[in-house]
Amino acid sequence: MDNQTETKRHFSFGDFYSKLGPLVALIVLIVLVSILNFSFLDPLNLLNLLRQVSINALIAFGMEFVILTGGIDLSVGSILALSGAFTAQLVLMGVPSFIAFLIGMVTGGIFGALNGVLIAYGKAAPFIATLATQTIFRGATYVFTKGNPITGAKMSNNFGFQFFGQGYLFGIPFPVYIMVLFYILAFILLHRTTFGRKTYALGGNPRAAFVAGVKNNKMIIWIYTLAGFLSAVAGMILTSRLASAQPDAGVAYEMDAIAAVVLGGTSLAGGKGKMFGTLIGALIIGVLNNGMNLLGISSFYQQIVKGIVILVAVLLDRKQAKA
Amino acid sequence: MEIDMQHISKAFGPNVVLKDVNFSVKGGEVHALMGENGAGKSTMMNILTGLLEPNGGSIKVDGKETHFASALEAEQHGISFIHQEMNNFGEMPILDNMFLNKEIKTRFGFIDNVKMKAIAQESLAKLDVKLDLNQPIGNLSVGQQQMIEIAKSLMTDAKIIIMDEPTAALTENEIGKLFDVIKSLKAQGVGIIYISHRMEELFEISDRVTVMRDGLTINTYNTKETNVKQIVHDMVGRDMGDFYPDRHPKFGKVMLETNKLTREGVFKDISFSVRSGEILAFSGLMGAGRTEVMRAIFGIDKLDSGTITVNGKQVKISNPSDAIKDNIGFLTEDRKSEGLILDDSIADNIDLPSIEGFVKHGMIDRKADRDFVNLLMKRLTVKANSAEDEAGSLSGGNQQKVVLAKWVGSGSQVLILDEPTRGVDVGAKREIYDLMNELTDRGTAIIMVSSDLDEVLGFSDNIAVLYEGKLMGVVPTATATQESVMTLATGGEN
Repeated sequence: MDNQTETKRHFSFGDFYSKLGPLVALIVLIVLVSILNFSFLDPLNLLNLLRQVSINALIAFGMEFVILTGGIDLSVGSILALSGAFTAQLVLMGVPSFIAFLIGMVTGGIFGALNGVLIAYGKAAPFIATLATQTIFRGATYVFTKGNPITGAKMSNNFGFQFFGQGYLFGIPFPVYIMVLFYILAFILLHRTTFGRKTYALGGNPRAAFVAGVKNNKMIIWIYTLAGFLSAVAGMILTSRLASAQPDAGVAYEMDAIAAVVLGGTSLAGGKGKMFGTLIGALIIGVLNNGMNLLGISSFYQQIVKGIVILVAVLLDRKQAKA
Repeated sequence: MEIDMQHISKAFGPNVVLKDVNFSVKGGEVHALMGENGAGKSTMMNILTGLLEPNGGSIKVDGKETHFASALEAEQHGISFIHQEMNNFGEMPILDNMFLNKEIKTRFGFIDNVKMKAIAQESLAKLDVKLDLNQPIGNLSVGQQQMIEIAKSLMTDAKIIIMDEPTAALTENEIGKLFDVIKSLKAQGVGIIYISHRMEELFEISDRVTVMRDGLTINTYNTKETNVKQIVHDMVGRDMGDFYPDRHPKFGKVMLETNKLTREGVFKDISFSVRSGEILAFSGLMGAGRTEVMRAIFGIDKLDSGTITVNGKQVKISNPSDAIKDNIGFLTEDRKSEGLILDDSIADNIDLPSIEGFVKHGMIDRKADRDFVNLLMKRLTVKANSAEDEAGSLSGGNQQKVVLAKWVGSGSQVLILDEPTRGVDVGAKREIYDLMNELTDRGTAIIMVSSDLDEVLGFSDNIAVLYEGKLMGVVPTATATQESVMTLATGGEN
């Protein structure tokens, strides 16, 4: 791989990685895992993998927008848990599942908007602002659930509620449809609308964007709202799949989402990256998790491997920034 | 002490800054150094204090050829430089800032705060400044920080003190104190090199005055034997070539009118108007508030009071987005930090203010957008391989054309150009002037902020002159001279 890329004109490896690298890495990984354990390619395993990926992918789509602005959102996991708990409680109170899901997603958006306001108008650094709200939302989840899972017959015997996370349509898990739907929407939003263009401008040079008429504060609030909303969508899937809302659901999910974005070639400095890359990044993490499980690698080692993969991606990102 | 600098020359690469400059100062005198921005005053002082190495010439201290290898060495020889731009650490206490790198230590090697404080306070007392020295220096106003800077130099046993625009940030009261101190320093035999743009100060405080222009000493006078007119003439008196295209303006209706625009402490009661087809130049010295007025009109900074009328309609502009909707465009002074997104493509830079106009069914119509970009690139002769090239890969002149294309494309009827030809090579400069002519022929009103007096006089229809945040007057370019503009720009009567 190196020889082919290095010999062509000015193709630096970092440059190459940002364009096609994630896809190549995914393919290499799939080939590798398949050779080591043939059951990886079992359609059932692949469908299961996609369902596992859907939650992280949804969060990562929102994270992509946030990171493109040069920001970060550490509160996504807590938003997932809190909005999931709300929805579960609503369902137990007899609210129709569909309405409960909608309310859960909207509350996720509202929590995200709060992050946005802190960052846009409070001028708080995104890292610190969302670190604080991560703790606050998590604490609120514990308070709301009193530290116990929210579950009951109205959830476990509720077809509509369970279908969201557990159902199959034409043999494919329903969450996969949700992931694909939101991928298409996020792709269009980022690459085909003025909202996306302004996101890139904001990340590339916020001052120049402002002078060119971008309303920076408004954009930031919408972007964090979007991140919160998508985290909540992921929260709906998780709550439905488990048929319960766990107070510690989504802990450390921000890490996998950030990793997916970075593995997908998006620069943490903002302004550069593609939605497709983030989808691939989420799949890489999914294949990595699934493959290592199939290979019987201990979860302790799994963490080390995942860390190394992320590190390599970040170093490539640095190399690219310098070039 | 007596310093004599003879035939000093200095070049940065091919750029000759000092050609042949003579300057001297002796103990007990105040010698003022005058000249426009870029005349070479600061370079001269940096050479004297060892910050820069001269290419030629000699520096004699008390008749002996001397050469300081560093600012510290110059200071140890009794030459102190009070810089215009202060290099303070805002979070650090005043005292620590005053003794940075010069801390006094006790015999056990600890910092001797008691002694340091006593010395600092003695020096500040001379300036009548009473402050709690333990507070962060960032709490102080710029003027107060300037006083601290002066006190710092009084703490050293300076024989020669260089003051670079010391009064720029001071109040009348503080200036009075400073002048008292200067007089008492003079009496003690200290020599002072005084750099200032303010004519009245020069005549109040200096004994001699030297005027520099374009890296040359033009004249040295005894202050008593000269006058403002003479000095202004020396400062600006150069010939203008026919570098600028002719202007044949046809003025239409008033496109932009401001009424008593005020931003507290920055500018006050700025009222002017610019008509369709007109180039109104804004002239003034650095810090006069030209850029600040434009930023406020465009909604980047907030106005405290005043109204803006565009095309006969009073408008409320609270951010650049509003200004763009009112068909105002703004090419900022700092291209790299505010004009362009360097990592983005040329196309993405050009269409950014106009992007909402290309939305079809909620999405960007890529073809229409790219056609628009290509047309603008052709019209402004942006030289690039493709519209997808990164803006940062272009030369300065081409980058400037991209920013211009952005605002031409957004349909600006009022175009504010802040230093449109700064850092642009001669060829591209001419192209920018031609474009400005073309735009005004089509009825655009242009406001051109420029520090280049040649440009202001050579390529505008009217000239507005600012001095310390006040509009001193608007004069027709046809009757303006370098002297008349410079007199207004330095606060003199016309």
